[in-house]
Amino acid sequence: MIQVSGLEKTFGEKTVINNLSFSLVSGEILGFLGPNGAGKSTTMKILTGFLKPSAGSVSVFGHDVLADPVAAQKKMGYLPEGAPAYEEMTVLAFLEFIAEIRGFDAQQRRDRITDVVRKMSLQDVLTQKIETLSKGFKRRVGLAQAIIHDPAVLILDEPTDGLDPNQKQQVRALIQSLSKDKIVIISTHILEEVTAVCNRVIIISEGKMVADCSPSALEQESRYHGAVTIRLEEAHREAVLASIRGLAEVDSVDVASVLVGTCDLTVFGKQGVELYPYLSRFLTRQELVPLGMFQEKGRLDDVFRRFTVSEGVVGTDLINDAAATERSAAEKRQAL
Amino acid sequence: MNHLTTIMRRELNSYFSTQIAYVFILIFLMLSSAFTFYLGGFYERGQADLSPFFNFHPWLYLFLVPALSMRLWAEERKSGSIELLLTLPITLTEAILGKFLAAWIFTGLALSLTFPLWLTVNYLGDPDNGAILASYVGSWLMAGGFLAIGSCMSALSKSQVIAFILTGLICLLFVLAGFPMVLGLFGSWAPQILVDTMADLSFLTHFASITKGVLSFQDLLFFVSFILVWLWATLIVVEMKRGASA
Repeated sequence: MIQVSGLEKTFGEKTVINNLSFSLVSGEILGFLGPNGAGKSTTMKILTGFLKPSAGSVSVFGHDVLADPVAAQKKMGYLPEGAPAYEEMTVLAFLEFIAEIRGFDAQQRRDRITDVVRKMSLQDVLTQKIETLSKGFKRRVGLAQAIIHDPAVLILDEPTDGLDPNQKQQVRALIQSLSKDKIVIISTHILEEVTAVCNRVIIISEGKMVADCSPSALEQESRYHGAVTIRLEEAHREAVLASIRGLAEVDSVDVASVLVGTCDLTVFGKQGVELYPYLSRFLTRQELVPLGMFQEKGRLDDVFRRFTVSEGVVGTDLINDAAATERSAAEKRQAL
Repeated sequence: MNHLTTIMRRELNSYFSTQIAYVFILIFLMLSSAFTFYLGGFYERGQADLSPFFNFHPWLYLFLVPALSMRLWAEERKSGSIELLLTLPITLTEAILGKFLAAWIFTGLALSLTFPLWLTVNYLGDPDNGAILASYVGSWLMAGGFLAIGSCMSALSKSQVIAFILTGLICLLFVLAGFPMVLGLFGSWAPQILVDTMADLSFLTHFASITKGVLSFQDLLFFVSFILVWLWATLIVVEMKRGASA
């Protein structure tokens, strides 16, 4: 397991990480979220022993990263941001080098390299210099070196950044395919990635932890959670809007046009109201057939914005107190 | 120790795969021959030795070695591969020594490729081959000293240009410290002990005594400890950067 306690990092006057503590056990896939400059990369650099923290400690399966970095680093695979590599080397020579450093003998190296080359589909570029590869391939080479020793801990700094949708899908599938007893930490600001691969989310903002929960709990934090979006023809908009707004169970309605000639009404229910069946019955009674209608699971970007734009730090207790944050969010919206 | 050789081999290979090796060796051979024959008056002197060749080595190294050493750490920092290297399960000492040794072995290779000169002088006369061998060793040790300074300067900056200039400057100081003119300048007012220390720290003093054919323990100790001190400084600089900044 990984134990991070009281981690702090200051660069000169600037505090980049402020009293960060968490622990991870095997099987957890952590999505490490935060806006650019929030301290995600710095945290990962400290976890992997590249940077030294100003205060606090990190232990990886009992090995203190500061006191015994080599023992901790043996347990970890790391893809640094931008997947740096020795560009003048061929993919094969590079993987050979990493495998040798990881302490494998010639036979094991062959097996390991064959394995990661197959996993990352690198067969066709093995003899090419890394500098000649596309961004996607470079990223895959970086991932290959990170998993070559089948590490118990995998730390990936923006593994899908700059990849095309197919490549992103590939990388996610790879992360999911890793055996279930690993610890994986992925930093990203692509929110769909979190729901796709992670089972835990930590959001940091300005170096502080502002949320630590499961992706679904995070979705429930969204004001969109449980809201119902109805797609209508533009012509029906005003009539429906007026009647829905009049309903006792409805708190508010957002209007947006997504497609020309249609409009989307997102209806927010009052606290504790099961909105979907209620609205469905209501529309039927009104003899209105919507073009589409679905219940929102919650929008992560909405939650993300709320957690990271705010000044006030919201702790983990916030998840248990949805109503309070809902109110504070409403106030914030008005203030904006 | 295993890691050290792995890193060293990787570095050495990269000299050749980036063509640095070929350019460096070519320029080194061309310049050292040009110096020997034109400036040194190899033929005109009518003496069967290689001192016109070795005498120019400190000046040749002054700009060739920084060109080789400037990339040691600056390039890793610039490309970000330093983050990869230092998060692999190796110690920083292994990384620093591996990189340094690769560069040092490479200069040894370039130096050994000047063997046709040695053959020539043996064909032309009857030189003191012991002195020539000692001079080769001395020259290689001196290159090591320059490289160790370069390693430290390269760790200081992301920019290879800055590393080059700083290395050249510091190497110049260590060469000039033993230059008779500079010593004379200080000798007129500074206490004798300071002048002696300066001369003792100079590459020229030690290299000159080696090229006379005596590879004394004192000179050997000077170069080896000089190298170790600067590599240790490299370690401190890299560690400092790890603690202080991204």
